[in-house]
Amino acid sequence: MTNIWNTYQCNDFYDEVMSSPGNARKPAQKLVSHFMSLSEEAVESRRIAAESTIKEMGVSFTVYTDSGNNIDRSWPFDIIPRTISKAHWDKTAAGLKQRLKALNMFINDLYHDQTIIKDGVVPAYVLEQSANFRKECIGISPPFGVWAHICGTDLVRDSDGEFYVLEDNLRVPSGVSYMLENRAITKRILPELFEEVNIAPVDDYCSQLFDMLVALSPRKISKPVVVVLTPGIYNSAYFEHSFLAQQMGCELVEGADLVVQDDDCVYMKTIAGLERVDVIYRRIDDLFIDPEVFNKESKLGVAGIMRSWKAGNVGLANAPGAGVADDKVIYAFVPDIIRYYLKEAPLLKNVETYLCYDEKQREYVINNIEKLVVKPANESGGYGMLVGPHSTKKERDRFVKLIQENPRNYIAQPTLALSTSPTFVEKNALEPRHLDLRPFILQGKDTYVTMGGLTRVAMKKGSLVVNSSQGGGSKDTWIVE
Amino acid sequence: MLSRVAERIYWAARYLERIENTVRLIGVYDKLMFDLPSNVGIGWYNLITINSADKAFSERYKNQDERNVVKFLLGDNTNPSSVASSLKFARENLRTTRDVIPAESWEMINELHLFVIENIQQGINRSQRFNFLDGVIKSCQQIQGLLVGTMPRDFVWYFMKLGRNIERADMTTRLLDAGVRAQMQVWDDEDVVNGHQIIWGNVLRSLGADQSYRRTIRAAVKSKEVARYIIEDPAFPRTINYCFSAMTDSLERLPKNETVLKDLQRIQKKILKTVDYSDLGEPMKDLLNDIQLDIVSIHNSISHNWFTNQ
Repeated sequence: MTNIWNTYQCNDFYDEVMSSPGNARKPAQKLVSHFMSLSEEAVESRRIAAESTIKEMGVSFTVYTDSGNNIDRSWPFDIIPRTISKAHWDKTAAGLKQRLKALNMFINDLYHDQTIIKDGVVPAYVLEQSANFRKECIGISPPFGVWAHICGTDLVRDSDGEFYVLEDNLRVPSGVSYMLENRAITKRILPELFEEVNIAPVDDYCSQLFDMLVALSPRKISKPVVVVLTPGIYNSAYFEHSFLAQQMGCELVEGADLVVQDDDCVYMKTIAGLERVDVIYRRIDDLFIDPEVFNKESKLGVAGIMRSWKAGNVGLANAPGAGVADDKVIYAFVPDIIRYYLKEAPLLKNVETYLCYDEKQREYVINNIEKLVVKPANESGGYGMLVGPHSTKKERDRFVKLIQENPRNYIAQPTLALSTSPTFVEKNALEPRHLDLRPFILQGKDTYVTMGGLTRVAMKKGSLVVNSSQGGGSKDTWIVE
Repeated sequence: MLSRVAERIYWAARYLERIENTVRLIGVYDKLMFDLPSNVGIGWYNLITINSADKAFSERYKNQDERNVVKFLLGDNTNPSSVASSLKFARENLRTTRDVIPAESWEMINELHLFVIENIQQGINRSQRFNFLDGVIKSCQQIQGLLVGTMPRDFVWYFMKLGRNIERADMTTRLLDAGVRAQMQVWDDEDVVNGHQIIWGNVLRSLGADQSYRRTIRAAVKSKEVARYIIEDPAFPRTINYCFSAMTDSLERLPKNETVLKDLQRIQKKILKTVDYSDLGEPMKDLLNDIQLDIVSIHNSISHNWFTNQ
């Protein structure tokens, strides 16, 4: 019998699971031999079981359509986990901690003395034209000097098998609930493997998150009131907001549930009256968080919340203004930022990045646009970018025009040969699909990195776009001893 | 417990109850049609009047016939009290409070939603209506059963129970009203043998109260006795008196309940004192209308006390 694993074609890119047809990489050996031992029907029944588990558990995300009818879609999931060796992961995790530590020092510096700019390490224009620098935050000193408490960093593996940082999400990164649900699903459908393989557990994330949030409480009491602030049901990550609140055993609140009184403290409206809130894990963008300070029209936020935060009466995670470092131009400077604050060499590599603001680099980008990926500096979710090799002449011309009109807003990177992993494309049919990895890093008093993270898969053949809003799926991620 | 969560749970329970009772209400007239001689025209439009939906109905339909009335009550999205709308609202409220309700109840309400969408035409066509109405009632009771069996008796539960009973009390007055109006239509019709008995028997059956009525009253179905039973019986869980007591029960478990509790007890006493069964025509219609207004004032008191007054 020819097994699909023996004919799996994985030679074009770095494949994370298979080193050649029929041969698994070391961390994946037990996984692959287990799959090889299963009959076609047994594998198929597990795929079906995974799908129905997802429906039952109500794991979903919302897709926005042009007609305004938002659809709650089931989470697309591939049952073959992606494997990474523990040794490789430990090095990567150290690099992620180093990176977030430096980024927090950088943000704190930007809102205080701006020594890094005075010293000429980061040019002043980067800050002057930053869309996410909040002058309202100047001079504020949040606990531990930390602004970005929760960071989702996107990593990719290039043809050399090394991890590269693609971007740091410091505003309201999402996806961690899917990481946890992916593991819960895999435990149900491949239980025997958890006995055989030493897989690092991921489920302590919520308690780590909760402890980190508790440490931000201005009141030093035994049970500070922590809440998750959601923009509401129409947000694409509402499932996650509700999931995290449930897992941490705290209230899921909307802006209208909170009120800031004359004492500059935040209260939530409960059936027994007002109850003081100590820490808010906010999943609302900066600009909508406080109509007194930012967007006046915002109905999602809480009037006075900035006042309360500045007075030190409430903890906010992430701190307003943290997004200043979540900018693809700043990204290009992160290795310098690490060296500047920590006096250490960066442990994780950046992808080579061309800044269109710089005349020479811009010229290079425009002349080589068909080879590059062009990204706007401040978009998330994979929107508004150009993948050169997959683009039409018309699209490229449009981007050249966009770059010339607003050079600060664009960066370009070489098209990476993203790694792949075997993925079921239909019954008994395995094909390589590109993937990335989003680990989550927490920083408060201590620093913590998830064991692995959320693996996102571009389900379309040849596609490099992994975002769930654009047809991406996901896999469980195994860190294997 | 957040006020917003309390409010959504309360409304989810009200909408769930409204779905079941709207279906029961249609069931009364549906059954009457089988039992009354065909030349006696039962006014389906009564069902619109007793739901205080005349205006909304006239904006949509000219013809006040059975088909339009049933369509309006079951499937019309422009009618905020239709079964389809109530389901939508119940789902929205539960979806945003999923962290405090049993996970299976969310699945069940989704199933009910699919059932109604797929079979609404059955409900509108007379031939298969019974199966549809019966299916919805069973599905609602399945959900209630799950909640009773798996929810901890905490604030969430008591707000749910409060919503269920205030809506049930309101809908019971409307079911009773449906009977009163049907009776007034056949009052002077000599062709109708035992008209009253047919009408009131069906009102009881629609409440699922026919057996317990007979066991409790130990007499034939008589209009006045039925009306008294449906308003005053302290043991049957859909009577107005019972629903009020169940609300008292819930209120007693909630924080800062003094005002609402006082309002509720005053109103309950007043109703039991003033109700008069000597004329089941206009005076009864007026009384039922007054009770509905009393229920609105209790709702306002609840809403003011726990949901908005901050």
